[in-house]
Amino acid sequence: MADQTLRRPPLAGRQGGSAAARISMAAPATRLSLRAGADAVPALSAAFGLDLPVRPKGAASAGGRHGLWIGPDEWLLIDETGADLMALAAAVPAMHSAVDVSHRNVAILVSGPGAATAIAVGCPLDLTRLPAGAAARTVLGKAEVVLFRTGEDDYRVECWRSFAPYAFDLLVEGADDADL
Amino acid sequence: MSGANRIAGQGRLTPARTARFTFDGRSYEALEGDTVASALIANGVHLVGRSFKYHRPRGILSAGAEEPNALIDVARDKARRQPNVRATVQEVFDGMIVSSQNRWPSLAFDVGGVNNLLSPLFAAGFYYKTFMWPKAAWDKLYEPVIRHAAGLGVAPTEADPDRYAGRFAFCDVLVVGAGVAGLSAALAAAGTGARVILCDEQPEAGGALHFDGSVTIDGQPGYEWAQATTARLAAMENVTVLSRTTAFGYYNHNFVGLVERVTDHLARPERKLPRERLWQVRARRVILATGSIERHMVFANNDRPGIMLASAARTYLNHFGVAVGRRIGVYTASDSAYEAAFDLKRAGVAIAAIVDNREKPGEAVVAEARKLGIEVLAGHSVVDTKGHRRVSSMKVARNGGGSGRSIAIDALLMSAGWTPSVHLFSQSRGKVAYDAESGRFLPGAYAQDCLSVGSCNGTDALQASIEEGLAAGELMARATGYDGGDKVELRGENAFEWTGGMAGAGEGAGADTTVKAFVDFQNDVCAKDIRLAVREGMHSIEHIKRFTTNGMATDQGKLSNIHGLAIASEVLNREIPKIGLTTFRSPYTPVTFGTLISHSRGDLFDPARKTPMHEWEVAQGALFEDVGNWKRAWYYPRSGETMQDAVNRECRTVRNAAGVFDASTLGKIEVVGPDAAEFLNLMYTNAWDTLKPGRCRYGIMLREDGYVYDDGVVGRIAEDRFHVTTTTGGAPRVMNHMEDYLQTEFPHLRVWLTSTTEQWAVIAVQGPKAREIIEPLVEGIDISNEAFPHMSVREGTVCGVPARLFRMSFTGELGYEINVPADYGQAVWEAVWARAEPLGACAYGTETMHVLRAEKGYIIVGQDTDGTVTPYDAGLAWAVSKKKADFVGIRGLKRPDLVKEGRKQLVGLVTKDPGVVLEEGTQIVADPNEPKPMTMLGHVTSSYWSENCGRSIAMALIAGGQARMGQTLYAPTADRTIAVEVSDMVFIDKNGERLNG
Amino acid sequence: MLLIYCPYCEEDRSELEFRHGGDAHIVRPTNMADISDEEFEEFFFLRDNPKGVIYERWRHIHGCGRFFNAARDTVSDRFLASYKTGEPKPALSGASPASAQLAEPPAQIDETTEGTAK
Repeated sequence: MADQTLRRPPLAGRQGGSAAARISMAAPATRLSLRAGADAVPALSAAFGLDLPVRPKGAASAGGRHGLWIGPDEWLLIDETGADLMALAAAVPAMHSAVDVSHRNVAILVSGPGAATAIAVGCPLDLTRLPAGAAARTVLGKAEVVLFRTGEDDYRVECWRSFAPYAFDLLVEGADDADL
Repeated sequence: MSGANRIAGQGRLTPARTARFTFDGRSYEALEGDTVASALIANGVHLVGRSFKYHRPRGILSAGAEEPNALIDVARDKARRQPNVRATVQEVFDGMIVSSQNRWPSLAFDVGGVNNLLSPLFAAGFYYKTFMWPKAAWDKLYEPVIRHAAGLGVAPTEADPDRYAGRFAFCDVLVVGAGVAGLSAALAAAGTGARVILCDEQPEAGGALHFDGSVTIDGQPGYEWAQATTARLAAMENVTVLSRTTAFGYYNHNFVGLVERVTDHLARPERKLPRERLWQVRARRVILATGSIERHMVFANNDRPGIMLASAARTYLNHFGVAVGRRIGVYTASDSAYEAAFDLKRAGVAIAAIVDNREKPGEAVVAEARKLGIEVLAGHSVVDTKGHRRVSSMKVARNGGGSGRSIAIDALLMSAGWTPSVHLFSQSRGKVAYDAESGRFLPGAYAQDCLSVGSCNGTDALQASIEEGLAAGELMARATGYDGGDKVELRGENAFEWTGGMAGAGEGAGADTTVKAFVDFQNDVCAKDIRLAVREGMHSIEHIKRFTTNGMATDQGKLSNIHGLAIASEVLNREIPKIGLTTFRSPYTPVTFGTLISHSRGDLFDPARKTPMHEWEVAQGALFEDVGNWKRAWYYPRSGETMQDAVNRECRTVRNAAGVFDASTLGKIEVVGPDAAEFLNLMYTNAWDTLKPGRCRYGIMLREDGYVYDDGVVGRIAEDRFHVTTTTGGAPRVMNHMEDYLQTEFPHLRVWLTSTTEQWAVIAVQGPKAREIIEPLVEGIDISNEAFPHMSVREGTVCGVPARLFRMSFTGELGYEINVPADYGQAVWEAVWARAEPLGACAYGTETMHVLRAEKGYIIVGQDTDGTVTPYDAGLAWAVSKKKADFVGIRGLKRPDLVKEGRKQLVGLVTKDPGVVLEEGTQIVADPNEPKPMTMLGHVTSSYWSENCGRSIAMALIAGGQARMGQTLYAPTADRTIAVEVSDMVFIDKNGERLNG
Repeated sequence: MLLIYCPYCEEDRSELEFRHGGDAHIVRPTNMADISDEEFEEFFFLRDNPKGVIYERWRHIHGCGRFFNAARDTVSDRFLASYKTGEPKPALSGASPASAQLAEPPAQIDETTEGTAK
């Protein structure tokens, strides 16, 4: 494994927001863009220890690992424990595509009673239709994001790394406005 | 007392809570809750502005958003200043600075008023005729003068220091308007549990209850009921009540734009508050309860200060406690104006007379007038008024003749009836229908999931409005799946049901007259202007509107539309519905740019995408250029260097030693699956099944029409895995293009695409010392020339970090591109730099990259191609497979135009004078002496000073270019003609020895 | 701003998540290299641009990423149907609001509006 001290994730440790909605950068995680047909889902689920969701907005979580439904043959896998997801995928003979996107994405965490209002600053998704434990790819202003509602008042906003400063600052604007 | 015209015991404001403001430099006292209009009237000020075209003195016509006259400039400080604010909706705050507009040197004496005397010159459509000749006068005289005179108000010159917020919102039922009908609808909808948003443009709910003091609902005075009901709604979890919030636009699929004015009424707003907030609401159902607007009467000189809508006077009295005059005349065609007279009379104001142009006014109101001792002149009309800065008399005549008599007044109230506010309904693409009986346009066919209720739907009676609102609220909520709650019932009572109303010009302003009887106050359009337009051949209302400007701009026909139509109808002798109605445009009332932009300003205007090495580049003094949203290091000037100096040095250094370049922004797509090679065979002109794992190839992607779409190097990582690169700017569209074909044309292929642009930081090391620089950092890959020749790719580690190492070059030098996971980019870059710098290498930017690739004749898609260039045109025939049965573009390439002789081809150009650098875009001709227009052969696509060649170099698209090798052509420029010679595009190392070194 | 029903996500989503993809049901010839100039013109260049119902492609590019087809009335911008790539043109039931047709049982909205609008 590479020397982790060499990593420079964008906006590492950045915090902001308001009492209504706290905005912070999540710790680095391992991520996989997983693509497969329906027939490979059982084998992949077994390999990752998650029941990969097959319904829109579905998400499954176990032991710091999350599998988010993105499209009918697409999942975003996130592992917060640093597990080697590529290696797990490589052991599955069923046809699939696994691409490491650990460094492509970063996550911004939005928490608090005003979290949904903060996200509404730039997200055209009706968050009452995204219950806790659900996820969807959508947009936040001019950035594409994957929105994962991890709790009633907690969201994980995944975006590409170069969009992180924009998305973070936009969410801070939303958090400020949610506090009024 | 805040103003001499404030009547003790009247109105709903608190006398003890005062605020001071200035109007044209003079200080006035107002009460909290006053609008600028109510405060000015309270202080006896009626002259508030000058009209747009004729600069006529104007006062306050209304008490609402329809105000066309009282447009003022409101300021907090120099930067916080807004022109064209309607005095009737702007609440006064302490310290506010108000100025009148469109006057010089002063409001009372305005030089522009001469336009009124010259008005024959400014007849409708004058600008289409007056400024036609002499032609030469346009640039020097007409346009500058018109520019100076045109427009209303002056925009602030300083940047807007306020912040604006914005958010998306969702609801089951959006109710627009919190009058009787809207509140009823909101109550019924909210009771079911549906998510409700209720908005109203005023500070308080109530709508017409602001002025109609005779209404009670469930036994409670109407206005108090409205406040209590709003408080009840606001306390419900499923309801959002937004006051001071205008629904300004109704767009597709129940998408409604709201603007909430958060601080414009506050003397000292908290810093954290936004000035305004944009709500982008998606409602499953919409209920429009936008009410109706009282129309003015159209008669001679109906625009003097002190002449206003009857309901406005009633609002000033009953809500603000202000009498609009001491001796007031009323001119009406509707019963509603009587109630204004009654309220004023009871408050102790003298009513000179009610002039009613109807022979038979409503019996109930006439009886009440008699009881109160008010003279009613039925079958009479006001045919003229006098008074310069304020109306002083009205001339009243029996309809159909008679000289008439003059009655002294200091205010004149008028009502021609009520126009339903169908603006939002019309914006929703609903079709209005003309109701001949009531003479008005009402909502007809609906285009979206919405309903109109109350007076905007033509429902006039109080109880009917309530019931319509309740029924709509419940129905709309149920349609979204809510059916809880108890049935809501409300009982409303009022004094009079109103009858009457008219449209068009009144007595004395008819077809044979030339008086100024205003139809559209804001745009200075008179009844005679509409007639003139018809005479000049404008028979469609859309033409009449544009010829006269009736109902244009911010007015949007709120007051003028129906009158204008009626006058046109009379002249054309056609019924109103046959003339049609102009389209109501959004916004309903003006919206600030700040709100429309909301948070999209400054750093949030657009994402500024930065690479993992950006900080290092900044520290090294790089200048950056924007490529798409990316910030790319452009060049790295050392102290004292010009851009050219820096680029020359960087170019020399790369070829003599080496250079390090940040190529992270290149698009990257991972193509994975058993059919990956077959898919790429279809997407690119090249053959990919022959590419072995560990090797890469330059690929060209076409559109179906045969033109070059993108290019890039593709590496085969494994049998079923390719690492595709695209141009920086092309990354998203190439991904979409590939997905399109994969999903819709070739869905049988077992392959998936994943964007990895941002997964990898890419460090290009180029130059003769490239291998020496990276060798000690690379593990697990033999990078010797034999084991790792040009166009190879391997996975291994660099600086202990997992990497994909490419041997490739966009400079023509020995080169590598190190791909490492992005978080490691800066650390690996620093390690590379620590090796490179002592070996005499430099960091170089995009400008040097451009020059170096041009020295080798490598094209840049989008610079040397423009969407009409085939691979053959670009000299890339070698990259087009002759063996494949299909690829995107294969048929397009055979189109007659694409294979014919004489197409523009990409060639090199060298200037005869090696020191001259052509400008990119310069046209090339064969004969510089040909009379204009010359025959253009093509243009320069790329041109640079090449320090390595010791001369300028250029690339150009030239008709039949390949056949012109060695020919002399010319580049005519503004000050000279430059002779050039057509050449090969490769200017350095034609045999590629350096590349393979 | 349109509200578009994605047949893969099975709900209405904002236009901001989508990209328009031109006319639907234009099939790329399998013998592409061999078609005549006229056939290529028909395939690549010629479109009807109807006033009324158009069958068009959309991609839920910032959502599930799928291409799909929709029938839209170009006059009212109402969606009459949206369906997955590869499925045939659906029979259209007429102009009813997109949301009513797709997301929930049709409301009695048309009856109602006829009742209250004069």
